[in-house]
Amino acid sequence: MSEVALQATGLVRRIEGDVSHILVNGIDLSVNKGEFLAITGPSGSGKSSLLYLLGLLDAPNEGDVIICGQPTSKLSESERADVRLTRLGFVFQFHFLLPEFTSLDNVILPMRAAGKMSEKDMRERGLELLASLGLKEHASKRPNQLSGGQRQRVAIARALSNRPEIIVADEPTGALDTASTEQVFSILREIADNGRTVVVVTHDPALAARADRRVHIVDGKIHETFVGERKAAEAAVTADVTTAEP
Amino acid sequence: MPANLLVDIAWTHVTSRVRQTLVGMAGVAMGVGFTIMMAGLMEGSQIDFLRQLVDTMPHVTVQDDRRSVPIQPAEQEYGAVQMSNVANLNSRPGIRYPESVMASLRSWIPGDVAPSVRTTAIIDHGGGRLGVTLTGIDPRQEIRVSKLASQMREGQIGDLSRAPNAIIIGQALAEKLAVKAGDTLLLIGGQGVQVTSTVVGVFRSGLKRVDEGQIYSLINLAQLMMGQSGVINELRLRLNDPLIAQKIATQVEGQTGYKSVSWQEANSDLLSSFSVRDFIVLTVMGAMLLTSSFATYNIISTITHEKRQDIAIMKSLGMRETSVRRIFIFEAAIIGVVGILAGWVIGYLLCYGWSKITIYNTLTGTTVPLSIYYSPTHYLVAGGISLLCCTGAAFFPARKATRVHPVEIIRGAS
Repeated sequence: MSEVALQATGLVRRIEGDVSHILVNGIDLSVNKGEFLAITGPSGSGKSSLLYLLGLLDAPNEGDVIICGQPTSKLSESERADVRLTRLGFVFQFHFLLPEFTSLDNVILPMRAAGKMSEKDMRERGLELLASLGLKEHASKRPNQLSGGQRQRVAIARALSNRPEIIVADEPTGALDTASTEQVFSILREIADNGRTVVVVTHDPALAARADRRVHIVDGKIHETFVGERKAAEAAVTADVTTAEP
Repeated sequence: MPANLLVDIAWTHVTSRVRQTLVGMAGVAMGVGFTIMMAGLMEGSQIDFLRQLVDTMPHVTVQDDRRSVPIQPAEQEYGAVQMSNVANLNSRPGIRYPESVMASLRSWIPGDVAPSVRTTAIIDHGGGRLGVTLTGIDPRQEIRVSKLASQMREGQIGDLSRAPNAIIIGQALAEKLAVKAGDTLLLIGGQGVQVTSTVVGVFRSGLKRVDEGQIYSLINLAQLMMGQSGVINELRLRLNDPLIAQKIATQVEGQTGYKSVSWQEANSDLLSSFSVRDFIVLTVMGAMLLTSSFATYNIISTITHEKRQDIAIMKSLGMRETSVRRIFIFEAAIIGVVGILAGWVIGYLLCYGWSKITIYNTLTGTTVPLSIYYSPTHYLVAGGISLLCCTGAAFFPARKATRVHPVEIIRGAS
């Protein structure tokens, strides 16, 4: 049985006001360790709202998000920040890198915030991450000296810097060209293959199909769940083998 | 959250906005500089004035007087009694056994004491009459308790012994009466005694009321004018440290029973006006520092507004709200500290420049440079208040900015 990395139980998120508006309406979801989950749905369906709840950027009105076995509904804002810093990595549609800092400085920012490593170790790890994403020669460049795809890869390196169990990505390829989209999605796929949990919101059905699983959200509810192409292929192979057996 | 990370981010923010940062620093520097200059000028003039005042008069004056009416015989006899037309039991004026009292005081006070006789007299000269205070002194002892010897403009204090009924008069009085050393005046005492006196010297204390209304003679002439031979009605003390005068006066009064007045008590109305002046000047200086911090408020407001996305992303990465807020406080502190350092230099240069300006001093009758008091306290207080104002000014825009929900910013950007 696979270990659950991220679990949502009865999640509800409402916008209170003169007219109450429900963004997420009673979602139950489990994501296993090392699983690549894609969340899809039409605009305004609540997929980004669900992701922000799963990433503890927003708090639900009802329900709970359990991160690596730790319930989070009763945590204070500071405790939620600590969980985000140590267990979660974020990638957004826009890179959101600090413009005055170099790529390397941006990558080591979460490590410095955590304050658990020496300056030398942080820089070594930062360079290692940039090198693994093909950005070693851009370490001393500022975001405005990089292309869109390069900036997004720096943002991925930053998300990975504190070795989080879960990567949460909101339309990470939404502002990229086709080549960069392919590159970034491949990186996320590789991250999942290396044992980390990846949850991605995307509009692109072709990319979503490459995830292990895809949940389709409509009106704040899970409308359908699909198995990804690769998992489906693996399942077919397993079925063929089973059928062929005497 | 490690402080060096927050300082690094703060430093990056302020150094990437050189012009805005310099304007903020200039505002702080001007506020601090002018505050130091004002404080130095204010305290300098005050100290200078007090020094003149203290030099002119005895630090403590022991008078043959009491602060309240002595207990009356009827009060000693009866538990409750209504008193009217109270008679003073000590009808004979003067301090009893003045030599013994002085010997006793000399044994413990940090300074010296001299006897004198204070009375009033009328000068009849040139057809006019003028009331003055006549103080009889012992020239040999007087030089140990007053600056009269150094205030002499004509003659010397010792000349009092060289002529019969000699007197020393203030310069303003001499000008008013058109007399000079060697001239004679008619003095009329309280008991109708009339004496022809010779002016042997002219002094200038710098205080108009003294120079116009005070004359000095030997003790025996003052006793004659008072009609009380052998009486000493005033002891005058000069202390090594004038600032302990009030404490010594209290102790002397407790020991002798005579009213002892310190120079502070004698000039309490003046010192009280100094307190009011200090308060006004401090308020103005505080307002200057507060106003100078508005530049910092403006800059931090601008930075926090421009950095809304950065704030959102730092919070989403897991930096706590208080940590992000501290970044902007550090930015204000950086602007404040550099501004304060520049302000110290400006303040010193302003003080130095002002000290080169000369003005006519009515107290001394000479042209003197403006008195500036250089004190590290001025620098520390101006710097401290300015730093407090800067960080305070940053706190509110920083708090407002860091309360923003990251999701709102991320959604807005998307």
